[in-house]
Amino acid sequence: MKKLIQAFAAVFLTAMALLYFVSYLNSSQGYSGDNTLTVYNWGDYIDPELIEKFEKETGIKVIYQTFDSNEAMMTKIAQGGTTFDVAVPSEYAVSKMKEEGLLVPLDHSKLPNLKYINPRFLNLSFDPENQYSIPYFWGTVGIVYNPDMLGGKKITSWNDLWDKDLRNQILLVDGAREVIGMGLNSLHYSLNDTNKAHLQEAKQKLDALTPNVKAIVGDEIKMLIANEEAAIGVVWSGDAAEMIWENEKLDYVVPKEGSNLWFDNMVIPKTAKNIEGAHKFINFMLDPKNAAQNAEYVGYSTPNEKALEYLPKEIANDERFYPDLDSIDNLEVYENLGKRMLAYYNELFLEFKMHRK
Amino acid sequence: MRSNVRNLYLIPYALWIVLFVVAPIFLILYYSFFDIEGNLTLANYKKFFTPVYLKMALSSFWYAFLITAFSLLIAYPTAYLLTKTKHKQLWLLLIILPTWINLLLKAYAFLGIFGTYGLANAILETIGIGSKQILFTDFSFVFVSVYIFIPFMILPIYNSLEQLNPSLVDAARDLGASAWTTFRRVVFPLTLDGVKAGCQAVFIPALSLFMLTRLIAGNRVITLGTAVEQHFLVTQDWGMGATIAVFLIIAMAVIMSLTGNRRGKV
Repeated sequence: MKKLIQAFAAVFLTAMALLYFVSYLNSSQGYSGDNTLTVYNWGDYIDPELIEKFEKETGIKVIYQTFDSNEAMMTKIAQGGTTFDVAVPSEYAVSKMKEEGLLVPLDHSKLPNLKYINPRFLNLSFDPENQYSIPYFWGTVGIVYNPDMLGGKKITSWNDLWDKDLRNQILLVDGAREVIGMGLNSLHYSLNDTNKAHLQEAKQKLDALTPNVKAIVGDEIKMLIANEEAAIGVVWSGDAAEMIWENEKLDYVVPKEGSNLWFDNMVIPKTAKNIEGAHKFINFMLDPKNAAQNAEYVGYSTPNEKALEYLPKEIANDERFYPDLDSIDNLEVYENLGKRMLAYYNELFLEFKMHRK
Repeated sequence: MRSNVRNLYLIPYALWIVLFVVAPIFLILYYSFFDIEGNLTLANYKKFFTPVYLKMALSSFWYAFLITAFSLLIAYPTAYLLTKTKHKQLWLLLIILPTWINLLLKAYAFLGIFGTYGLANAILETIGIGSKQILFTDFSFVFVSVYIFIPFMILPIYNSLEQLNPSLVDAARDLGASAWTTFRRVVFPLTLDGVKAGCQAVFIPALSLFMLTRLIAGNRVITLGTAVEQHFLVTQDWGMGATIAVFLIIAMAVIMSLTGNRRGKV
């Protein structure tokens, strides 16, 4: 018994010592409790060096947390109990969060770097006047493929994926709207279709794709495609850019039937404790040099016009990732379809996943 | 006076049980009666009995059964051999050690091992079988799950084998029972409690596995756990998620009572 108490005391003392040491380290670097900023972003979606740079410039300690779907992020923010100061939702999530009163309006006077953003990406329908959100990255959904593994075959459309020769060659990203949307697009329906007959038709069409689908995965898709685990992936453009960076054989295409155009945006959720710091962070990320560095690291397309000048030519002029938006008319932005419809999309997606080969 | 003081000691435990065991179960039950728009309804239960969810429930049970059966098949002989080895503590430590590593890390390791250009296929290639698709198949899912759950099966069986009085085995042998009969009539019945405990520790978590279904099975295996995760995080249809959870709790209770100990010993 005495030994047990001694052991317990030893553990307790060690824990206290460690706690003291951590707080000492924090205070020696000038971080104190109220001088922190919690950033809630997608995984792998910022250059970590920029966080360090921001911390050095402002003396604010950044706590960086990640999510892997808009819905998961919104659930956490709506639940409260968190102190996220900056979050990065996609456009349909912005309009939903706005509706539910989860966002704090932005003070544009504290965001002088906003002027560098391409006006084409400002004042969009999901957030008029950018009252609540500032574009962070934009991109498309498309097909990344490995021509070598396909014997030089080229892929240009969604319907190419239904080719019988592609058995077990396709990896899909684990997103209901992306996958159901691919089914809808392949039938030339809108990505925001709410007609249940159309959706059922899309689901049936997707079921027919099952033999070609090797797996439906999350962020691992980048590693798997770059390692040539499968020849084809349905992915977001920036992930494709990252894969091409890893494996030069790969190519990316936005299918000709049309696809999704999306914007991820920086917002200040109502859970924010450090609104001043949040504005500083957003403005910091809008700085053209920082935006360029971030775009180069992450691989997605930056809406920052001035930043393009700081990007290497071969990135800024890459038609696959910086397409001339006015020349593409079949790209659609996701609309907020409402809870019930979203549940229906997910139900179909679940049924599709359960469909056996 | 004495008993009053003793009752006071019980307060923290009672509070703990009420707050973290009883209250969550009732909350789940409560949420299961609401649809996505917050109306009181029984629709979720009706939906559970549609082919989609019944199929999902059946396949969850099937995979959980496979995982438990294979774990038991490997764990029992292992535990038996363990009791016969010299350095029991060391071997035991080696078996427990992998459970200290994060599940996600182990899953990612298997992505590399089972990949097209991974170790497993390299071995298949050199022994002349040729490379196969291992990742994203039923096999890889069951294999990795068994790997993850096996320590939880070995430990209770090992404990009950250790507690077995060796003179009982000697007596059986002296009375002319063959090794197999001794095992069947003496050793196995006396260690049945350990087997039951192990099966509970494996079957119930296996029923609601969700991360492995994506990482290792590439969403080709959909369990009830996957559906719960999706309903809570993506669809935000908490009602449906809670309804599935209610069925998982019921299944758990049924399994506990089926494998429970009649003598009331744990």
